Amino acid sequence: MKALVSVKRVVDYNVRVQVKSDGSGVVTDGVKHSMNPFDEIAMEEAVRLKEKGKVTEIVAVTIGGAKNEETLRTALAFGADRAIHVKEEGEVQPLTAAKALAAVLKKEDAKLFICGKQAIDDDANQTGQMVAALLDIAQATFASKVEIEGDKAKVTREVDAGLETIEVDLPAVVTTDLRLNEPRYLKLPDIMKAKKKPIDATSFGDLGVTPGAGFKVTKTTPPPTRSKGVMVKTVDELVSALKGKGLL
Amino acid sequence: MGASSPFYTAEHADFREQVRRFVAREITPHIERWETDGELPRALHRLAADAGLLQIGFPADCGGVDGADLFYEIVLTGELARAGSGGLIASLMSHGIATPPVAALGSAEQKKRFAEPVLAGDKIAALAITEPGGGSDVANLKTRAVRDGEHYVVDGSKTFITSGMRADLLTVAVRTGGDGLGGISLLVIEGDTPGLSRTPLQKMGWCCSDTATLYFDGCRVPVANRIGPENQGFVAIMRNFNHERIMLAAQAWAFAEVCYDESLAYARQRETFGRPLIQRQVIRHKLVDMRMQIDAVKAQLDLLAWRVMQGDVPIAELCLLKNLATSTLEAVASEAMQVLGGAGYLRGSAVERIYRETKVLTIGGGSREIMKDLAARQLGY
Repeated sequence: MKALVSVKRVVDYNVRVQVKSDGSGVVTDGVKHSMNPFDEIAMEEAVRLKEKGKVTEIVAVTIGGAKNEETLRTALAFGADRAIHVKEEGEVQPLTAAKALAAVLKKEDAKLFICGKQAIDDDANQTGQMVAALLDIAQATFASKVEIEGDKAKVTREVDAGLETIEVDLPAVVTTDLRLNEPRYLKLPDIMKAKKKPIDATSFGDLGVTPGAGFKVTKTTPPPTRSKGVMVKTVDELVSALKGKGLL
Repeated sequence: MGASSPFYTAEHADFREQVRRFVAREITPHIERWETDGELPRALHRLAADAGLLQIGFPADCGGVDGADLFYEIVLTGELARAGSGGLIASLMSHGIATPPVAALGSAEQKKRFAEPVLAGDKIAALAITEPGGGSDVANLKTRAVRDGEHYVVDGSKTFITSGMRADLLTVAVRTGGDGLGGISLLVIEGDTPGLSRTPLQKMGWCCSDTATLYFDGCRVPVANRIGPENQGFVAIMRNFNHERIMLAAQAWAFAEVCYDESLAYARQRETFGRPLIQRQVIRHKLVDMRMQIDAVKAQLDLLAWRVMQGDVPIAELCLLKNLATSTLEAVASEAMQVLGGAGYLRGSAVERIYRETKVLTIGGGSREIMKDLAARQLGY
């Protein structure tokens, strides 16, 4: 069974994100980028399924500019067999990404599509669901456990009330939650092997996708800076201060 | 690194990223406890092996990784240093000085027994050269190994042995022949050999690294444990020293980088008399002086690493590099302490620990004075 895993290049989770002075977005030039952490979990899950013999081939796919090749190399070092680079330098919104990923999924005839539940840049949490809807296939989002049995997947999902276990027919979309697994450290031999694995380039044009803007970001603002706190000397002072703010 | 250096590729950058994660998750949260415990947990060796870190610098035929050049070792050192503990590097990587003779001269059987389990994190290896009666004077070492059938009987003592309390496999320099450098052999002595006893040594720094004095009292060691030909151990020891010195220079560079980063971050954040320290000229000048000295060390380190990779053996330059790097670390750690002020003097600060550990690098692996003497002789004075 073939698994397709989508990986997104995002500003590294350790970076303190700065808003551009004109409010048009966040600073990305000269800022460290890495693979979306939820997509690392998706890669790790695909590799574990391959190690268990449930998956025979892993294909990693990314959408973005030339630098996304680094993200694909990371996916290949994880254990993807080959990679597909949908080249696009401009902004990509979730629906456009979903259309492109759906086209790749159909073309590859993969039975399992795994992606992070969201990317830590825009936190949209839409792409996986849209891929499933576009192809009219099953979806199992926020997975914390994935088991493949024949042509079905048993997926434990993290929902508000606790855990929910569902069974879906393959092909299906699975989006990964934080507790699905802990991604491995990539070893040097795997990093070196990744260099030799193939990356195929494609484009929205090749995939028959017209990028469209479903929405427009009008303004980006940093969160309000925390104002200085007040030191209180006694419990009484604290209580009256809270009362003064209407909190008690 | 990356595009800014001819020596480092995208793979080096990817590897660095993995080591950085490993250190942040598996080491930094625990380092204070290990410093107090006085040793590293064995489980850490296994974790580091599973993450592919212990294998760097060793070929695949003894359980290592082919194609990992010296720059990967420098990257590894640079990232391990981020935990701010020299003892961690010394002890977790003690096989880096103990196991190369096995990799270079050992038989296939010896590699299987003495290198593979170490690189897999199952066993701990230590190198034992220095004796209570003399350090760098390897040619005159006194620990004797007398042949008795298929065994050597070893009597003597070794001291300042890193990982010496925990080591399962000790690479020991012994006298098998006559006086001088032509009578020395290397034996791997197993930790449970009857007649071997150990006492721990308390130190100024490197606290999470167990350091021992070893006593060999009639230890019977199979002749099959001898690495390389009898009485030809001296060359292997000297070759080992060259690698050890470049890695000690790498450590000094790496800890200087940590001191710089810590003091820069503190200077940005700390306010005095209404302004951040970083805006004070005296502090700015300290920081750029640090940066300048560190850059010089790194440039020479990378260049000599490249020359060594080409097969060159620049002994004098390596000695002087070790001195340059360790002197720089002394200067940088001292200035970093000044920038941190009282905060730097408190236990638990990385700079405080690094400052305490500057001396071990100017002494271990050949003291500063020995390095100068060796360099002068190599330069034909």
